[in-house]
Amino acid sequence: MSPVLHVDDLKVTIGGNPVVDGVSFDVNEGEIVSIVGESGCGKSMTAFAVMDLLPKAARLAGGRIMLGDTDLRALSEAQRRNLRGNHLAMIFQEPVASLNPLMPIGRQIAESLIVHRKTQGRDPRLAAIAMLEEVGIPEPEIRAGQYPFELSGGMCQRAMIAMSLICRPRLLIADEPTTALDVTIQAQILDLMKRLRDETGAAILLITHDMGVVADMADRVAVMYAGRVIEQAPVDDIFARQEHPYTRLLLSTIPRLDGRPKVTLPSIEGMVPDIGQWPVGCRFNPRCPLADQPCIEAQPALAPRRDTGFAACWHSDRVETML
Amino acid sequence: MSAAASPPRPNPVRHSSIPWAVVPFGLILLALVLMAVFAPLIAPVDPSTQNLLARLKAPGTEARGVVYHLGSDELGRDVLSRVIYGARISLLVAFASVILSGIFGSILGMVAAFQRGWVETIIMRLVDIVLSVPAILLAIITVAVLGPSLYNVVIVLALTRWPRYARVAYGQTLSVANMPYVRLAKFMGAGWFRLLWRHVLPNIAGALIVVATLEFGLMVLFEAGLSFLGLGVQPPTASWGAMLSTGRNYVGNAWWIATFPGLALFLLVLSINLIGDHVRDRLDPRSR
Repeated sequence: MSPVLHVDDLKVTIGGNPVVDGVSFDVNEGEIVSIVGESGCGKSMTAFAVMDLLPKAARLAGGRIMLGDTDLRALSEAQRRNLRGNHLAMIFQEPVASLNPLMPIGRQIAESLIVHRKTQGRDPRLAAIAMLEEVGIPEPEIRAGQYPFELSGGMCQRAMIAMSLICRPRLLIADEPTTALDVTIQAQILDLMKRLRDETGAAILLITHDMGVVADMADRVAVMYAGRVIEQAPVDDIFARQEHPYTRLLLSTIPRLDGRPKVTLPSIEGMVPDIGQWPVGCRFNPRCPLADQPCIEAQPALAPRRDTGFAACWHSDRVETML
Repeated sequence: MSAAASPPRPNPVRHSSIPWAVVPFGLILLALVLMAVFAPLIAPVDPSTQNLLARLKAPGTEARGVVYHLGSDELGRDVLSRVIYGARISLLVAFASVILSGIFGSILGMVAAFQRGWVETIIMRLVDIVLSVPAILLAIITVAVLGPSLYNVVIVLALTRWPRYARVAYGQTLSVANMPYVRLAKFMGAGWFRLLWRHVLPNIAGALIVVATLEFGLMVLFEAGLSFLGLGVQPPTASWGAMLSTGRNYVGNAWWIATFPGLALFLLVLSINLIGDHVRDRLDPRSR
């Protein structure tokens, strides 16, 4: 069976400089794939490219984006608009700002049903109320008539999830869905997304920089650095064993409950290189403790890891010996 | 911030409280509007009936069975009745021109901000051009071409005033169009009409209403000015501006002809402007 989303050699440029440089990954039905990386690594641009939401300055320079058997880049604007919100949905970072302050949330949720004319035999208002109940909002009949300012941030995020899922999309892209929420609400929202994934079988692409969210949610992880996927593996495997120094360093920076107390947390030296100033060879080489001559000369390709998945490092066998 | 943690504030300013300072002016405006609507019922006599035997009678004079409460003008017409009927012209012209220019300007401003590119350039440069043409000059040209009439006054005012709304709608739409909820609605497949009508317009309506209320008073003055110059409503229709214009000639020996329409004009514009200021305080987020 073909994956719900198949991205192949995706390239995005801003002003001629690559920001996403040959990214490939698949998301299967009912699977949660997480893209992680620092700010500026191109993870949001990847999501925006898939969602046809690239900012004006950015250009989709190459690659294929397949939704099931449909090549999204071959579609007209009208056809893409019909797909968006219908088969493709997105959850934004800021739940409160993502709802129209002057429209009752029930009507906002029903809107995509109306836009995509999926209202046969269904009252959009009742469908919106049922959806609100499904995302765990108490007293949905009352809430549907309320405005966003009457709801808490967590409830706004639930409402936005209801909005994105009401057309039963095959693919849901969540761009930092819990960053704006406090930790207890975060856990609730993540549980909700997992439950809805189980119920609807939607594929979820989760963009985040929060390894805790990844560990909790993802089935598979793709780590991005400077516009490329540098390691990709099932979540348990990648937490157990890293074959790229960046992944290993990234995981080592997370404080652990069972770690030694009062020890300075490790950090990754240096800065993410600016767009257009990516180093020759492996792009991580200026910050990498393992870097040597081959790393400066040539860029490693993604190669199979020892267990499952892929990593792009000349010294993948030595990564475990770091730190 | 929880309610328990914050110290009790002295004299909290509540937005729902009744603005007592504005209420009297609201009542004046209401009275003037009612006066205009029910003019035939209120006016003691027909505003156009002349009586050359009762010219320039002082307020309170009775002549041939008619009491001239506010005096009579140079043709023996009742000033009170003419002031009452004049409110109709003022309010009608102001209302019609505000609606016309408001709708026209808002649509153009929103489209310019939403489409960007050459559409934006054409519309906003047109705004600059219209704003740089003196309104009175345009009025004289229009009247010269079309002839003076009530409708032409409305057309002139709409043609000269729409750029105000276009500029405000343009600026507001630019900021609202970048809000996540508009991007989300766009992403979810909403077409441009739905986006503008359902998502952008309600969120910029406050600013447009503020402009419209402040413009309303200006339109009343504009109409009076055009009629004063003889470019507006033509006699014998009663218009405050035209009454001021003729009354000016008699101000030495019959002060009431110009004074009462002037007073009515003053009260109408004052109350509209004060109410407009209040509306702006309530609706415009920048003035909070």
